[in-house]
Amino acid sequence: MAGGSAHAGDGGIHGARGAHAHGHGHSGHGHGPHGGEVLDPVFGIVGEFSDADALMHAARLAREAGYKRMDAYSPFPVHGLAEAIGFEDPKVPWLVFLGGLAGCAAGWSLQYFTAVLDYPWNVGGKPLLSWPQMIPIAFECTILLSALSAVGGMLALNGLPRPYQSIFNAKNFERASQDRFFLCIESADPKFDPEATAEFLRRAGAEDVSEVER
Amino acid sequence: MATTKPTSTSPKGATAAAAPPPAPVPAEARATRPPQEVFIDGRHSYATIDQVIGRVVLSPRPPIQWILITLLAFGLLNVLLMTITWLVLNGIGIWGNNQPVGWGFDIINFVWWIGIGHAGTLISAILLLLRQSWRNSINRFAEAMTIFAVVCAGLFPLLHTGRPWLAYWMFPYPNILGMWPQFRSPLMWDVFAVSTYALVSIIFWFVGLIPDLATLRDRAKTPWVKALYGIASMGWTGSAKHWFRYEQAYNVLAGLSAPLVLSVHTIVSFDFAVGIVPGWHTTIFPPYFVAGAVFAGFAMVMTFGIPLRKLYGLQDFITDKHLDWMAKITLATGLIVFYGYILELFYGWYSGNVYELAVVNNRLFGPYAWSYYALLFCNGFMPQVFWSKKARYNTFTLMTVSMAVNIGMWLERFVIIPVSLHRDYLPSSWGMYSPTVFDWSMFIGTMGLFTFLLFLFIKFLPMINIFEMKELLYRYTHKPHPKSGDEDFHGEATSGDPAATAGVAAAAKGAH
Repeated sequence: MAGGSAHAGDGGIHGARGAHAHGHGHSGHGHGPHGGEVLDPVFGIVGEFSDADALMHAARLAREAGYKRMDAYSPFPVHGLAEAIGFEDPKVPWLVFLGGLAGCAAGWSLQYFTAVLDYPWNVGGKPLLSWPQMIPIAFECTILLSALSAVGGMLALNGLPRPYQSIFNAKNFERASQDRFFLCIESADPKFDPEATAEFLRRAGAEDVSEVER
Repeated sequence: MATTKPTSTSPKGATAAAAPPPAPVPAEARATRPPQEVFIDGRHSYATIDQVIGRVVLSPRPPIQWILITLLAFGLLNVLLMTITWLVLNGIGIWGNNQPVGWGFDIINFVWWIGIGHAGTLISAILLLLRQSWRNSINRFAEAMTIFAVVCAGLFPLLHTGRPWLAYWMFPYPNILGMWPQFRSPLMWDVFAVSTYALVSIIFWFVGLIPDLATLRDRAKTPWVKALYGIASMGWTGSAKHWFRYEQAYNVLAGLSAPLVLSVHTIVSFDFAVGIVPGWHTTIFPPYFVAGAVFAGFAMVMTFGIPLRKLYGLQDFITDKHLDWMAKITLATGLIVFYGYILELFYGWYSGNVYELAVVNNRLFGPYAWSYYALLFCNGFMPQVFWSKKARYNTFTLMTVSMAVNIGMWLERFVIIPVSLHRDYLPSSWGMYSPTVFDWSMFIGTMGLFTFLLFLFIKFLPMINIFEMKELLYRYTHKPHPKSGDEDFHGEATSGDPAATAGVAAAAKGAH
């Protein structure tokens, strides 16, 4: 889903960063609420929290306050956090289901084609379509393709692998994989405003608030 | 409700675990937990979990024991490589396989290794689905064992083909011979089952590693180490959106692996059960093989886990409680296996079939009777020690029994394979089987390969799942009843004070 736009974004990174390095003093520029063609050199405002419950609370507040484009970062999965930032995505299970169907169909038709159509061979007087003996391989193929589509789908939808991500520019972000919790309200949000958003995060309980370059 | 702190905007509440390190687990939280729920000992915070698990990987010098064992394993690995070289040069005639015993050590060891791998999948998949949080500290390690055991297992049938460079003939591809594989054969099912199992196990393991690789990337000090873990972690950020899909995929993988692991050993047992050799042709094989695999696998997890947790001081994460529960599973699966042995005798007698009776007679009184009695001792008698709680908490008895089970499960396959084959229907084609030095060197060599891979894994990847330990810690400190599900979380979090919520919302509005 985000694949196309993410790559467009990657293309613009270096230019935008360069511009930002010069214009840091006036980051409160009046960008349009919808971003427009010019990429905002500011990726977002990030708030740092010391525990998962504080992050969850802040995420809920941000949603209530009307923010839409945000993401929360935690060292382990916090249940309910995705809902708190208003995120829902049923695609992975569906991909798995389709992958499983494809695997089953492929495994079955491989055996049908070889054993019945292309290479009919009498083995111990068994019928050509001795279907119970085709179950194990059809089953294994089902599992294999479901598993591959689960992981492939998860990685593709998450836009991984992707070594450079703007959020890595956030202050102290190396602790997002260790013991700190972050909430980032992105500049693409229609309600985003550098000062007001920072103030909002501070009041929502963030221990530290900083701007993230793209 | 939190009405007593009207101006506070930070719902700190009772969850102080994530406060700057080293914040201890609050005493009240520990006290209110039922004791059997404690799977993290000592006083830990997120940071100390990173430290204890991460230092094994990130410390520049491994302990001397690691170096010694790795060197020893590397030596044995070379024994394996030399055996394989000699085997490829001379053919499988250097093994003890003969007529009538066409399957000897190669197939025994194949089944033995595959079985050992199954505990890893059971721990990571089935216990995950059953929401057994105690699995979290042993699953990574057990999954690694699965992969390495499958590698060792795969070598045997591959080399048993005699021409391993033609192994691709087993896969269905259009070829100039105009032939297709015989899909009615359990040996073909094996090819699909084992290769699927290997692939899915590797995927499952790697997916579990991604967030931990990110942690190592962020903790590493040396630039090139950081870069390597950075590449391997694929740019993981810990985003809630990513975690959401990650957990979907991970749970689906667990759900897929559970039937997969059952199917793999079922199909391995079909290799025998579909054949008409007396001693093989029984319907009890699939469940009895699966139970045996889990039995052997848990024994092997203990065999390696107990020394390793001591060597690296991981007793806080792999607690005595974990060993206790693993011992209980060993006992339970051991009883299933023992039941299988009794039923085999019963079937032989109840069938009234002269060939089945001959199998029973041959096992009990034949030339290989010693292996049958040794098997009953190792797998039937020894695990009964685990009825005693004292024994389950004593590392010496744990180690002794697991070693006995490792040997016992190997003997089980010995009893099933050569002992059944050496005397089948026609007494004129009876024979004896004895392994050669190359059978032994290959078997011991794969142990070297397994240990070598396992110790490399311990040095370069986190052997305990870091993020799942943190999640466990969070659940312990977050609310007193970790088992009651995540639902009551919402109630708690939204019960934050309404005044503050309104205030912040107003501030956000006012800013525009």
